[in-house]
Amino acid sequence: MSAPPSRPSTRISPWALWVPLIVFLGFLVLVIHGLSRPGSTEVESTMIGKPLPAFTLPPAAGDRPGLSTYDFADEKPRLLNIFASWCVPCAIEAPQLQALSDEGHEVVGVAIRDRREHVAAFLVKHGNPFARIGKDDVSAVQLAIGSSGVPESFVIDGTGVIRYQHIGVIRAEDLPLIREKMREARQ
Amino acid sequence: MIAELGLAALWLAAALCAMQLLAGVLAVAGKGGNLAGLVRPAAIVQGMLALFVLAALIVLFARTDLSVLLVAMNSHSAKPLIFKVAGAWGNHEGSMLLWVTVMGLAGGFVALIDRRLPERTMLATLAAQAFVSLGFYAFLLFSSNPFTRLNPPAIEGAGLNPLLQDLGLAFHPPTLYFGYVGLSVAFSFAVGALVTREVGPLFARAMRPWVLGAWIFLTLGITAGSYWAYYELGWGGWWFWDPVENASLMPWLAATALLHSVGVLASRDALRTWTVMLGVVAFSMSMIGTFLVRSGILTSVHAFAVDPERGAFILVLLAIYIGGALVLFGLNAASIAEGKRFSLVSREGALVVNNVMLSAILAVVLFGTLYPLVTEAFDTRVSVGPPYFNPVGAAFFVPMVLVLMVGPLLRWRQDRLERVGKPLGIVWTALFMTGAILLAATAWIGWLPWIGLMLAAGLAVASWLPLRGRNLRRTPLAVWGMVMAHFGLAVAVAGMASESAFSVEKLVAARAGEQVTVGPWQVQFRGIEPVAGPNWTALEANLTAAYAGSPPVAVQPQARSFWSPPQQTSEAALVTRRFGQLYAVVGEAADGDRWQLRLWWKPFVTLIWLGGVLIALGGLLSLMGRVAFDVRRAFARRRIAMRREDMGR
Repeated sequence: MSAPPSRPSTRISPWALWVPLIVFLGFLVLVIHGLSRPGSTEVESTMIGKPLPAFTLPPAAGDRPGLSTYDFADEKPRLLNIFASWCVPCAIEAPQLQALSDEGHEVVGVAIRDRREHVAAFLVKHGNPFARIGKDDVSAVQLAIGSSGVPESFVIDGTGVIRYQHIGVIRAEDLPLIREKMREARQ
Repeated sequence: MIAELGLAALWLAAALCAMQLLAGVLAVAGKGGNLAGLVRPAAIVQGMLALFVLAALIVLFARTDLSVLLVAMNSHSAKPLIFKVAGAWGNHEGSMLLWVTVMGLAGGFVALIDRRLPERTMLATLAAQAFVSLGFYAFLLFSSNPFTRLNPPAIEGAGLNPLLQDLGLAFHPPTLYFGYVGLSVAFSFAVGALVTREVGPLFARAMRPWVLGAWIFLTLGITAGSYWAYYELGWGGWWFWDPVENASLMPWLAATALLHSVGVLASRDALRTWTVMLGVVAFSMSMIGTFLVRSGILTSVHAFAVDPERGAFILVLLAIYIGGALVLFGLNAASIAEGKRFSLVSREGALVVNNVMLSAILAVVLFGTLYPLVTEAFDTRVSVGPPYFNPVGAAFFVPMVLVLMVGPLLRWRQDRLERVGKPLGIVWTALFMTGAILLAATAWIGWLPWIGLMLAAGLAVASWLPLRGRNLRRTPLAVWGMVMAHFGLAVAVAGMASESAFSVEKLVAARAGEQVTVGPWQVQFRGIEPVAGPNWTALEANLTAAYAGSPPVAVQPQARSFWSPPQQTSEAALVTRRFGQLYAVVGEAADGDRWQLRLWWKPFVTLIWLGGVLIALGGLLSLMGRVAFDVRRAFARRRIAMRREDMGR
């Protein structure tokens, strides 16, 4: 019974004592590398490079036609903007969309969970950069395209393939990036 | 005026903290002369000043003083008072202040009451604590001043994230903070002991209440956070392996390991180096967790406090504290005298196995959380989720629970497995019976839930066995605490396994008057009505639900719209029956008169959080037992000393 315990307790080699520090340094290197990468709202969506999901949406406002997947297949790149009249950041984004539209980029919209009269009022107040606006009452297109909020914008190339996803407001400083992506989509 | 007073007090507290550090370091180095006498009072006053600063900020929030930038950014006059107050720490600056305050109070408390440690170790501990605090003071004063004025004052505040306007959440971050800060005290003890190399039962007894307290808060914080995610996010899930959740789980895993090894050190004087190491690791995990959340380096649903610059600041603190402590560990740990020996089949042996398993799970979680960063360095973006965490975590969790069934029955130092064969027979019977019943009575539920339910049954029985043959009235509270916590783990595991094994989900587009069957529930959709709250409006679905033929009850899930800031939330409605919950969420309108309803029946789901509470309760019993024991011993000692004096006279 009084036999000495068979196994000595952990006598650690002095070398092993430095292992935690080495692991921690590895962690530091990793996160410093991660932090030093340019922080961006550019999200590598899994939808990029994929064709648009099939949809057909009724018009959301009086004078603009609705939007369907087939409208994208005319070899012209477009900026697809997901917005809503009840979304405050969308109003902030409006001048930038107008600028893009004025430069000759075609901007099309999908109004999420909205009413026709509200959309019309929104466009009167903040300008209407859209060539077409589809009305998506159940967020079906929004979900199918992999968007989680408003506003969100997608660059779609002339064959209907998603080339770029921009989450959140397109701010004035984002415009060069958007132009660049539109230019890339043209090729 | 209040803001200026607060800021002045903050500077004063920081200055005292610097003094505490300086005096402590000099005293430990033996050059301090009389300076050693300054350390304890500095710690106490610093804690009180920090408390004053926090109180000032709370007053500013309660009054909605919009001339203070932080208030204007994070509060709103229309908010209920309780959320105004909670708003004081529901933001980056305030939460850092809360951290410093709790840390200052903890340091003051240690300085005030702890007389167990050798004085030199005590001074080193308080200096380490001041060193950690000083970094946070610098952070507050130079980059996150909570008292910055706004001129002219805002007309109205910019609100608080409505997802955070919830009682559970108002108190969820502070709970975790108490846990983190408790670990910072343990960290200071570990650093103090590393400096003086005095690691032994005295050190363990001084450290243990802090580890226990921190661990209780962490347990409660994680449990509450999980329940919050479950009912507030409206996704029906209770754990998503989200980076922020992992950030709270990792310190808990480390603290659990630390808790057990500090126990071994206190009662058996073994595992000296390992305990010190865990003391450093546990706090490292809370710092790393805070960093991961705050820096926005990982994408998360909780991304409400993201700022790369602040992330960099925390990273620098992290590098100094943790790097410094680990260098100290590498230099000094080898010269810590070896502890007592024990054989593998013994209480210590089982605890070592569990410690190793907990550390392995910690490594699994840490690796999974950081893996997206690793691949990002090679330009591939991935996200790591349940398909990795669940099976890989289980690979270590299962053996851990198996050892947990045996460990508490073993004797210290050395034992034979045959001695505990009989009680173990009962455990195995419960385990395999459950497995067989599940196979026979239900459709195949999947490997993990099946194993989970078997383990839960085995552990539920095994956890009570340590009371066998004991006089229950004389059983120390700490043993009851252990039994309770281990039983709580069994309960929680049963809930988790049941949730994934037996949940039923229905997604319907219902017209008013329609009936839906979900599991044993008959749910009738009556219609939708608009309702209004203090700062939101909502569409409320009117449902009645009847459980297995019993009279129906009203169930009213809401789709809420907050207007400041504008945001939609989904308020799930829950009905609990026999530990299971009916979970109802109302969605969008579908073609005119139909509404999307999402209904779940989740049998035994509440066991998850009930288990969590039981675990924390076990910790509390144990803490009460230990503290009462210490207090009694201190009184006894004083009485003996007094009697000696009397006799001397």
